Amino acid sequence: MAKKKKEPIWIARELSKCSGCRKCEIACSLFHEKSIWPEASRIRIFMLVPGADFPHFCAQCEDYPCVQSCPVKALSISKETGAVLVDNEACIACGKCIDACPGRVPHMHPKEKRILICDLCNGDPQCVKVCQEGGWNVLKKVSRGDRPYKLYARTPEETTRALALKMYGEKAEEFL
Amino acid sequence: MILGYAGKFLEVNLSTGKIKETVFDDDVLKDYVGGRGLAAKILWDRLGSKWENIDPLGPENILLFLTGPLTGYFPGGRICVSGKSPQSNGVVGSTVAGEFGVELRCAGYDGIIVSGEAKKPVYLFIKDSDVVLRNAEHVWGKDAKQTVKILTKECRELLKKRFPLYGEWKEPALLYIGQAGENKVRTAVVAAKWTHAAGYGGYGAVMGSKKLKAIAVKGTGPLPPVADKEKIKRLIQIVNDNAYDNELWRRWGTGGGGYEFGAKTSSEPVRNWQDEWHDEKGYGVDQFENKLWIKQSWSDFGCPTCCMKIAMVKNGKFKGAITDNPDYEMQAYLGTNLGIFVPEKNVYLSTLADDLGLCGIQTGNVMGFAAELFQRGILKRDDLDGIELKWGNAEAFANLIKKIAFREGVGDLLAEGIYRAALKIGKMKNLDALQYAVQSKGIGIGAHGIRSGKDFPEIISYVCGVQGGDHTSLTGLPLNSGASELMEIFNDSGVFCNFNSFGLPRDLKFNLYTAVTGLRLTRNQWCSNGALKILQLQRAELLLGGPDLKWTPKIHDVNPPRFYEPLPSGPYHGKRADKSDVEDYKKRYYKAAGWDKNGIPKTEILRKLGLDDVDKALEKLR
Repeated sequence: MAKKKKEPIWIARELSKCSGCRKCEIACSLFHEKSIWPEASRIRIFMLVPGADFPHFCAQCEDYPCVQSCPVKALSISKETGAVLVDNEACIACGKCIDACPGRVPHMHPKEKRILICDLCNGDPQCVKVCQEGGWNVLKKVSRGDRPYKLYARTPEETTRALALKMYGEKAEEFL
Repeated sequence: MILGYAGKFLEVNLSTGKIKETVFDDDVLKDYVGGRGLAAKILWDRLGSKWENIDPLGPENILLFLTGPLTGYFPGGRICVSGKSPQSNGVVGSTVAGEFGVELRCAGYDGIIVSGEAKKPVYLFIKDSDVVLRNAEHVWGKDAKQTVKILTKECRELLKKRFPLYGEWKEPALLYIGQAGENKVRTAVVAAKWTHAAGYGGYGAVMGSKKLKAIAVKGTGPLPPVADKEKIKRLIQIVNDNAYDNELWRRWGTGGGGYEFGAKTSSEPVRNWQDEWHDEKGYGVDQFENKLWIKQSWSDFGCPTCCMKIAMVKNGKFKGAITDNPDYEMQAYLGTNLGIFVPEKNVYLSTLADDLGLCGIQTGNVMGFAAELFQRGILKRDDLDGIELKWGNAEAFANLIKKIAFREGVGDLLAEGIYRAALKIGKMKNLDALQYAVQSKGIGIGAHGIRSGKDFPEIISYVCGVQGGDHTSLTGLPLNSGASELMEIFNDSGVFCNFNSFGLPRDLKFNLYTAVTGLRLTRNQWCSNGALKILQLQRAELLLGGPDLKWTPKIHDVNPPRFYEPLPSGPYHGKRADKSDVEDYKKRYYKAAGWDKNGIPKTEILRKLGLDDVDKALEKLR
């Protein structure tokens, strides 16, 4: 069977529907780390305000500021999928990519000296599968075009504020 | 070391401030597993010889936070809180959902053993093996939502300072008490995520007595290694698929119960159980869903069901109230049991209970009791600090909830919980107030009645259960069936959410245990060894009781008097529990459990199970 040519993808996200079940963390860490390891998941559920749970993960900005910021060229862009790829050997865990990311999305591997960034599972994201399977549909795989993806690179605080206000209205200020 | 365990436990002495690690022998973990079972064992080993003298709210009590080997693996994470209960004076394995258990295991610990009593309010902050006690004076007196806000910020700041290059820290998982726990209210909870609570047992009061406001944990490791990962993945998928097939269970959670258990099964407490039937369609799940739910699916670690919803009142008198569903127990105990059939009022009272750190079941039970005494003219307005405690009056009950949480006026009396309050009021008014108390062994009965025979509890479920009125630990025969408490003991010792196992093959959880630990365990093996040991230990701890209360099976292995009164209305009008049926079933249960005719575990079974010291301790009760 001829290998299907991969096309760049993006994971569309409807954050306010997130139940906080963290099945995405389980699927991601099982796939990449071979164990259930929430802190080593490339997609992480933040719940800074209860109820305002949401997944925080790479948005593959159009200009990839993280890739540009890397002093040792450990980050590259996958031509096939559009994901940011980390060269684990080269990464020096300096954290420059975290500061360069408008959403401060990358985080360190909890046990090894390297950065963790979503690699889109080589075009078949595991988190999307479990989210769809459960019917939450917070995450959906779409073709990557020329859209303002970078909008979704927000800090946990920014997204929390937005979601809490949407849910709780003015009352949210008491929780933020 | 057995697979599936982190392998060590944290020991925290709040009197000395000393923190150390401890381990348990494999044999202990094999028999008692974790959570509830291990709690019964630890408490017996450490306090058994002086059990009757241990004040549950004194510094000698031990407060436990225990996971089990299935925590994080069986979908739906929980943690078990235990200790000598200030409600039953025995041991209750009280579990609460959330991420705490998973974080703790990822930090390298299977549990936390807290002893002593701090001089000033503290909280425990665990970041992997880095464990510190921190000042909590700034959150003492704060409600649930403010406590969560302040400690979430503070702990994230601390992590950021210590690990500046890590990136953004997710919030640590929190367990905390509200003001009710601080004030040692016996119906106080250990809570998580604003609305989740370990309610049965009253461990919020124990936490408060120790001046431990909260525990925060961030674990950065993986869950402990397991025996058969591929099998675990397959079993998790079965649990998930089973849940995904149950559309209404996922959509409604237990929030469908507020109407259904009244209208359909006549088993919902209405006005302190004076009735169990109602047909209030305005209290239907559709009303909650369409008027109040602002989040349709809210879940805890790994859960496919999402039985939690978030409700918020957006306008009117109760504007700004935010809680979960409310789930069925809250709909019943902070609704119908108080004569309240208005969703907004129910959300408002549930929010108050959450915020103050009160158990909605126990507090709703004792308030319903007080309201019936008011209805009967036994308690007057003057006795109630001027509160007109009429059925359906949400403001009156809100007033009373606050008084209970702060132990103000009549609240101080009701803060003692249903049984102790009934004793005191009986003395005060010179009558038998216990006849109106719907409880067993000091624990208000869960919102599932037995009179209609249409709900799941059996006629001896609350009579013989070692956790009294706890509806999540019901019992019945045969002992190795789903009706028995031995199965509940497995859920609470493996520590996972039983709500994800409805409709699954009964052996699945044992297969998962085997895949995690590598130890073969069948349901029958469980029921003939480990579970029986735990049952006997809990029974012994309950019957030894003390110092202020003691249970004598002959007197106290009974249903509340109300269950022998006929249901006054509805399709099951006239139905009630039959005393001779109960006595007959109880006899059979005693026999199956290895208890003598007085309900005391027999020497024979205790020796067979290797519980010789328990046998000795029970000698004086025989």
